[in-house]
Amino acid sequence: MIPAPARPAAPPRPSLIGQAIARKEDPALLTGHGRFIDDVSPFANTHHAAVLRSPYPHARIVSIDASAAFAIEGVVAVITGRDVERLTKPFSVGVETKIPFYCCAIDKVHYVGEPVAVVVARDRYIAEDALEAIDVEYDDLPPVVRIEDALRPGSAPLHEAVGSNVVHRRSFAYGDVEGAFAAADEIVEIEVAFPKYGSTPIETYGVIANYDSGAGTYVVHANFHGPFVLHAVMAGALRVAGNHLRIHVPPDIGGSFGIKAHVYPYIVLLAVAARVAGVPVRWIEDRLEHLQASSSSTDRLTWAKAAVKRDGTILALALDQVDNVGAYVRAPEPACLYRMHGTVTGAYKIPAVKIDNRLVTTNKLPTGLNRGYGGQEQYFTLERLVARVAKRLNLPVLDVVRRNLLRVEDFPYHAAPGSVYDAGDYGRALDAALRLADYDALVARRDAQRARGKHAGIGIGCIVEPSGSNMGYVSIALPRETRDAGLPKSGCTEAATVAIDPLGAVTVRLGTTPQGQGHQTVAAQIVAQELGVAFDAIEVIAEMDTQTSPWSIASGSYSSRFAPVASAAIQQAARKVAAKLRAIAAHELEIAREDVVLADGKASALGDPSRSVPIKRLAGLAHWHPTALPPGIDPGVYETAFFSLPILEAPDENDKVNSSAVYGFIADICYVEIDADTGRVHVESYVTVHDCGTMLNPLLVDGQIHGGFAHGIGGALFEEMAYGDDGTVLAGTLADYLIPTATEMPPLTIGHENVPSPFTPLGAKGVGEGNAMSVPVVIANAVADALGVDDVTLPLTPARVWAILRTNAEARA
Amino acid sequence: MKPAPFAYHRPESRDEALDLLAEHADGAKVLAGGQSLVAAMNMRLARPARVVDINRIGEDTFAQDGDAFAVSALVRQSDLERSPAVRDAVPLLHEALPFVGHAQTRSRATLCGSLAHADPSAELPVVATALGARMECGSRRGTRTVAADEFFVSSFTTALEPDELLARALFPLRAARTGYAFAEFAERHGDYAIASAAAVLRLREDGAVDELRLVLGGVSDRPFVVDAHACAGRPLGEEAIETLAERAGRDIDPHSDLRGSAAYRRQLASVLSRRVLAAASLDARKEG
Repeated sequence: MIPAPARPAAPPRPSLIGQAIARKEDPALLTGHGRFIDDVSPFANTHHAAVLRSPYPHARIVSIDASAAFAIEGVVAVITGRDVERLTKPFSVGVETKIPFYCCAIDKVHYVGEPVAVVVARDRYIAEDALEAIDVEYDDLPPVVRIEDALRPGSAPLHEAVGSNVVHRRSFAYGDVEGAFAAADEIVEIEVAFPKYGSTPIETYGVIANYDSGAGTYVVHANFHGPFVLHAVMAGALRVAGNHLRIHVPPDIGGSFGIKAHVYPYIVLLAVAARVAGVPVRWIEDRLEHLQASSSSTDRLTWAKAAVKRDGTILALALDQVDNVGAYVRAPEPACLYRMHGTVTGAYKIPAVKIDNRLVTTNKLPTGLNRGYGGQEQYFTLERLVARVAKRLNLPVLDVVRRNLLRVEDFPYHAAPGSVYDAGDYGRALDAALRLADYDALVARRDAQRARGKHAGIGIGCIVEPSGSNMGYVSIALPRETRDAGLPKSGCTEAATVAIDPLGAVTVRLGTTPQGQGHQTVAAQIVAQELGVAFDAIEVIAEMDTQTSPWSIASGSYSSRFAPVASAAIQQAARKVAAKLRAIAAHELEIAREDVVLADGKASALGDPSRSVPIKRLAGLAHWHPTALPPGIDPGVYETAFFSLPILEAPDENDKVNSSAVYGFIADICYVEIDADTGRVHVESYVTVHDCGTMLNPLLVDGQIHGGFAHGIGGALFEEMAYGDDGTVLAGTLADYLIPTATEMPPLTIGHENVPSPFTPLGAKGVGEGNAMSVPVVIANAVADALGVDDVTLPLTPARVWAILRTNAEARA
Repeated sequence: MKPAPFAYHRPESRDEALDLLAEHADGAKVLAGGQSLVAAMNMRLARPARVVDINRIGEDTFAQDGDAFAVSALVRQSDLERSPAVRDAVPLLHEALPFVGHAQTRSRATLCGSLAHADPSAELPVVATALGARMECGSRRGTRTVAADEFFVSSFTTALEPDELLARALFPLRAARTGYAFAEFAERHGDYAIASAAAVLRLREDGAVDELRLVLGGVSDRPFVVDAHACAGRPLGEEAIETLAERAGRDIDPHSDLRGSAAYRRQLASVLSRRVLAAASLDARKEG
């Protein structure tokens, strides 16, 4: 072996990780070359399905007569609840209820839009004609719509076997709650209601299903993005082994924001339809179906109490919260109540917490993931409460925030209910927000406007953004004994594969099923960095095939888990490949493995770049010439890594749970003025400062912030899945369910004050959901400040705000 | 969201279109820009047995014709919006067009189509009523002209007979000492108005009101004309504006829905009336 020369320091190379590289995905998307669910044609002779939906919120199905539908030329099959009952079993769910939830109504309908039958026909036009020919006789039942109605002891239960519309109840206490309330100078109480709303991806749900009767396998293509624990739920419902439900996800998903997780009951429904019809079946949900029957977040009622000292210190928090999951408890519910469980104290050092959770069923659309999942509800309570504490104590809100905000020395911080916050400098981020907002000038402007009789207000919010959900957190819904009897769950496992083909081309395969976030770009950055190959030459496959892709139960796109978790799986797979390349190169160059530098497409000797071998050749050797490989090195270059975080343990015996992998931070400040004539809220300025740890790609980070902000504006000012007291859908079209468009977006100023996470290999924390959590309450705080009222209800539509103004004026008169 | 079965006709001339309408007077719908009709058909809210697509009949001119500005059946809203001739001849139309739907819908939607559709929340019927436009209704029986006040009957209902085509809308030309103003309130730009208002104010040489038309949209089943007779013969000062704006809110009997209560619509009617009256007053004096 030639002796290695003295080692000069390696020349500094800027890492690709952290650079604002333009998205790999965009050229295809911007030129119309994306491949979405409705672009794929995997099966010959595919027929089209249309779903007959309940017009009633609550009714018994007396009879279904589909004979006239069958008589229409081109109709192949009509599937009803009887077929579903025969071929499936109810979906499993992480909480004990006696509610059978199937993909189609069997004997009763429980919400407007619930599937009652499926027609399979030659085309969608004929299928919709046939829907009109199906004669369903319903026996109308009284609906239960509002949470208050569901809580009433006399309310008729949706599900007779449960006997009540309160279908889940658990209480928790952490720390000395009673002592804190006894020692408090003041107890501040609020009651808040949070509305039901969703997401509005441009692409709706889509499923193309086939049943391979020879193999007994369901093969389904769908724009499903996980959590892939739901694959087990679907296979269970279809009563097949996991390898007999093969799900393909196309390369592109046209947005989701959580909502598309709930395409899963339709995957099962269309799988059954394909089996019964004996032909492959395509169903693309239309917008009317999406608005009444896809998914949404919960509406929530909360009674909250804070035990406070006169200086603003919050000693304890007590939450009595009721989430409305709609007609069924649909997995992964009741996660709505538990995703934030370990984090209910938010960004504040509150040592004692009491939580009383209830879940109710009503005759509304079932709920599930919606960007921020549980966070917007939680922070609406907490940040309104902080504002009310300040008001009660006659202190500036900022004083109360600062008094309770976690300090640098508190990290890693063990929140009372169990979350372990990794790292942060919340005070620094808040200071940055105040600076960016020019806070003193903002206060002066508000006061000057008020002096002129205008309604102006400032809203502040400091929130913790959890990311990378612990698969074990939902089991906190179960009592400890039940939990102990089952298989414990923990972690947040993600997987990735990196391979190099015989010609030296690098392919990365993901288990994350992105919906537009830019995972391919970041994956290519990480792999290019680790292997020293060109970013542009790396192919990243986002298509999922449950039979051949790397994945685990936590896989998928949700809980902002790509940056903290999936990125690490990709890096580890790339490192396995890099180690192999180094071993082969060391053998070829006759140097030590640790002296191999991978850069610029070459493996070269440290300190002597003239001695090098192309990576293409190294990979080629592994394929073409395995006998030349060093001892112990297998042929081929194909490495998969699975990654989880040890910090994500199963809930402990004291009901503590670290619900998420890492915890980012956001400080928001907004300024609003209100038009007294019309009630319109003008958001004049909005500042948001984020700590998302290491930014893997700052362009993508800011893109996520803008998106979360837009969603938050929707929740604050526009969006509500409104129901009449009779259970009818009031916002069934996009003319009634208003989503903000570019015209409605207020100016947004973004700042970054990052503290890398010590818990994730790349130091990254998630950033996709924070503003969806913070914006609704920050705007509510500003509007409450402007109107001088204690109670504000979302969305703050002009009509609603004007009604408050009028009430105020009448009270003064 | 697929329509129920229907027969489709695509006439190549106006005469051929009128023949088809006469022949199928029992259930033919005219398709021009299709921005309302096609959506309604896809939702199966409209189920015409036949659709007569007039896009090939060539009626796509807009120009001054005698004492009126005439807009033919196929003229797209976006063409009018960008036209200097419209801006000069019918300023109120020019002002209101950007509020009609979105740029994308205006590139297909026609002015006559919007008038014939008669959505009670739509902007263009309000403009037509405020200006006193006339509707030229053609059929094989001949052509008749209907004043806007008579044309809009109720929600989605006009004076058009089943065999008639709204061939042209005739708008009075801009006049001296006359002010025009339009305003609307919607939660988002481009939505149907929760309420809208248009004012046309003609002043006498001495500055007193010669004629005032104040029309509201979104608050009734058709454009609502506020009784402004009391304003005639006197200058339109702040007090008169206030009185009339209050009257606008009081005289209507609006509905309540998700977007706002009846009380809120009354409020908006007053607020928007105040705004358009003040703006029209300024505009009229600027002209004088």
